[in-house]
Amino acid sequence: MASASDRPASRHRDGGRAQWHSPAMTRRIRRRYLGDRLFRAAGLAALTAAGLFLLLLVGNIAWQARTGFFQTELRLEVAIPADVAAGETPGSPGFGAAVDAYPWRSVALSALRERFGADSRGDLASLRGLISRGGAAVALRAAVRDDPTLIGRRATLWLPASEPADQWAKDRDAATALSERQVGWLESFAAAGDLKTHFNGRFFATGNSRDPALAGIGGAVIGSFLTLLVTLAVAFPIGVFTAIYLEEFAPQNRITDFIEVNINNLAAVPSIVFGLLGLQVFLNTFGMPRSAPVVGGLTLALMTLPTIIISGRAALKAVPNSIRDAALGLGASRTQVVLHHVLPAAMPGMLTGTIIGMAQALGETAPLLMIGMVAFIVEVPASFTEAATVLPVQIYMWAELPEAAYRAKTAAGISVLLIFLISMNALAVYLRNRFETK
Amino acid sequence: MPLVVTLATCLLAGGAAFVLCHQRALALEAERRCTLHSRPFHHGMLGAILVIPPGLVFMLVWLMAGNALVNPMVLDALPAGAVPADPALRDLFLNDVHNIAHDAVASSTSPVKEQAAALYAELMARGRTIVWLLTLTCALLMGALAVRKVAPGWRARDHVERGFRYLLIGCSVVAIATTVGIVLSLLQQSLDFFARVSPIEFLFGLHWSPQTALRADQVGSSGAFGAVPLFTGTLLISVIAMAVAVPVGLMSAIYMTQYASRRVRQVAKPVLEILAGVPTVVYGFFAILVVAPWVREAGEALGLTVSSQSALAAGAVMGIMIIPFMSSLSDDAITAVPKSLSDGSLALGATKAETIVQVLIPAALPGIVGAFLLAISRAIGETMIVAMAAGLAANLTANPLEAVTTVTVQIVSLLTGDQEFDSAKTLSAFALGLVLFTVTLALNVVALRVVRKYRETYE
Repeated sequence: MASASDRPASRHRDGGRAQWHSPAMTRRIRRRYLGDRLFRAAGLAALTAAGLFLLLLVGNIAWQARTGFFQTELRLEVAIPADVAAGETPGSPGFGAAVDAYPWRSVALSALRERFGADSRGDLASLRGLISRGGAAVALRAAVRDDPTLIGRRATLWLPASEPADQWAKDRDAATALSERQVGWLESFAAAGDLKTHFNGRFFATGNSRDPALAGIGGAVIGSFLTLLVTLAVAFPIGVFTAIYLEEFAPQNRITDFIEVNINNLAAVPSIVFGLLGLQVFLNTFGMPRSAPVVGGLTLALMTLPTIIISGRAALKAVPNSIRDAALGLGASRTQVVLHHVLPAAMPGMLTGTIIGMAQALGETAPLLMIGMVAFIVEVPASFTEAATVLPVQIYMWAELPEAAYRAKTAAGISVLLIFLISMNALAVYLRNRFETK
Repeated sequence: MPLVVTLATCLLAGGAAFVLCHQRALALEAERRCTLHSRPFHHGMLGAILVIPPGLVFMLVWLMAGNALVNPMVLDALPAGAVPADPALRDLFLNDVHNIAHDAVASSTSPVKEQAAALYAELMARGRTIVWLLTLTCALLMGALAVRKVAPGWRARDHVERGFRYLLIGCSVVAIATTVGIVLSLLQQSLDFFARVSPIEFLFGLHWSPQTALRADQVGSSGAFGAVPLFTGTLLISVIAMAVAVPVGLMSAIYMTQYASRRVRQVAKPVLEILAGVPTVVYGFFAILVVAPWVREAGEALGLTVSSQSALAAGAVMGIMIIPFMSSLSDDAITAVPKSLSDGSLALGATKAETIVQVLIPAALPGIVGAFLLAISRAIGETMIVAMAAGLAANLTANPLEAVTTVTVQIVSLLTGDQEFDSAKTLSAFALGLVLFTVTLALNVVALRVVRKYRETYE
């Protein structure tokens, strides 16, 4: 314990007056101000660190994503065999099936062989490594389906390059899995103007694939859309009605208190627990289909509900009582007061909360893994009960794959997801600002 | 008759009832030149209210009980001996039957299963038709009743408003039902699990390897379910995360509320909001792509062996994720302190830093502690970052450079991919979920109580 004589104030006292300009006091004051400046700098450093983390995160993803939206193609003169769909008239279902079943990869391979005159077994394997495994077949199939007169003729077509060739074309200095021979071939393609890297529109239209040239986020985006539609249809009305009940009608009693505490706690329950709930209740008890957007949507709805209720209550609280009193005074019933006057005034605030909740649901992954939305799905889903995946889960699945091409696809998928999320949040902020100025 | 058709029928009937009752009320008003007790709109709504809910109830009952009703009928119709007697195997059999009926991939098929699937599909279709007929009949009866009831003295509005009140109460109950559903489903499966593995072994066992062998006579066929390595792993990663999030989050909140100019705040607030809105799967990708290799290189430069899935990398990224959460909650706690306290301190000659450390933070401490508890609960329940950046190996270690696994990672790995029904492995995920739920619930309850108490002192 410091005695009274040790206290700084008394050390610099002379005859009861503080010696503000004594050297000891000046030093002390300087030290105290230095401490203040250091503390302030620490605060600024913390804030800067948070900003830098964000910059690093977004910068890195954008840097990785830069190649993910592009795909390299090679121009080849392909001899389309005459026997592709022998005996079928173009346009008939049999024609389509025959075209689909034809071994197109070998057609592409013989075109490459023709171009470089390579014959040995090793050369063939190297040539095969230049074009995309499934992509070449898809491109040839589409070309013949679009223009059946190509059959039996020679056509010049752009075919997707294989994953290593694609990586080489995007960054020629990086380490490559290609042999020198293959690089030489690719260089000859480039010299002849038969190699181009262009924006990959297919990326936005197709589902998942084992071939990076064909893999896209189209299926996942539609899956996310269907899932969120279910979430919105369930969570918005239930959330708004619950908020109205608790704020406008509920008597102040134990049950109401219990509901309130319950909602606050639900808001902090880890999302994966909602996944376990969805698995046990919707799949195991109700026997709903696995991996389906309807189950994912319901699970996410239960998870988003507390967010919507809490923001809805805040919006209702912000409506001045004079509006309620005026409406009641004119003879409206309590239901009419709420539905005709309070709810319209609170709607922008409720919508803001709902959009924020939807943005959370859009980015959520863990609960959907529990209900099997992590399946490998090639088809773009067309209904609420079909197996589907969603954008964040697609990102999770790609992130686990070792190929560099998938890393770029992952980053590209993340960019799309972030663009969606940022526009949703911007919409929420816009609504809030409009509401506040009113 | 698919359920969608039933739903459409029900809603269409409701719409028709609305229009009919509404028209009738309008006609009455015009014809008798009198004022009705309720507006035509209320008469219409009452019609819809009488028609739609019964149909919804039928559909809900069918959704919940349809399978339970049809399954025994399918099993009874099959020749004796075709169905396995063991309940677990029978569930598997039924599951295959359902999958075949839904055109999904079944684990195995056989003529008996095909036959059962055809029967199942037929019975389900018949059941759906019955539900449709019931809905339609009920809608017609109730609709006729509603139209007949329309009269000048009929107090339709009171009934509609009471119905509306019930709807509101029903919606509020969903929140409670969710909690009850979570507790029941976790408890039920956990009890099943604890019937096989003793709770003592689960909570205090030091060895975790849930991979059960295929044959019963193999060594370690029952798996080991000692969850302590998972708890310590979760704790280790959470501690690392809090070591990043608490100083950075708290200091940025202090700077934002006490020092920052309006312009800095205008930039910093959206930055923190965006950081908070980034999905966790993105943080996970960032962790494996950038932070984990960086931590490994830094460790190797110092001559340390670092696992490529080190707890440090996962924890640090999780810390970044929690910064905005910690910062916004501390921000609330600090702004709630009355200005008179800091004004008094400043007037006595304390510097701003002294005021903050000696007056503001002690006064806001309960709020900050609440924020801290909520942030820990976030860290414990976080899944995707650890699922991507932390390992699967259950190491019992306190070394942040080694790979550890967490409760959430194990839940994900146990429940994704091929699932065995009713095995200890699958059930253990629910036991872990129960532990997770209990711990986070306790943290939340304490945190919310602390925060609420603290708000009351200053209000």
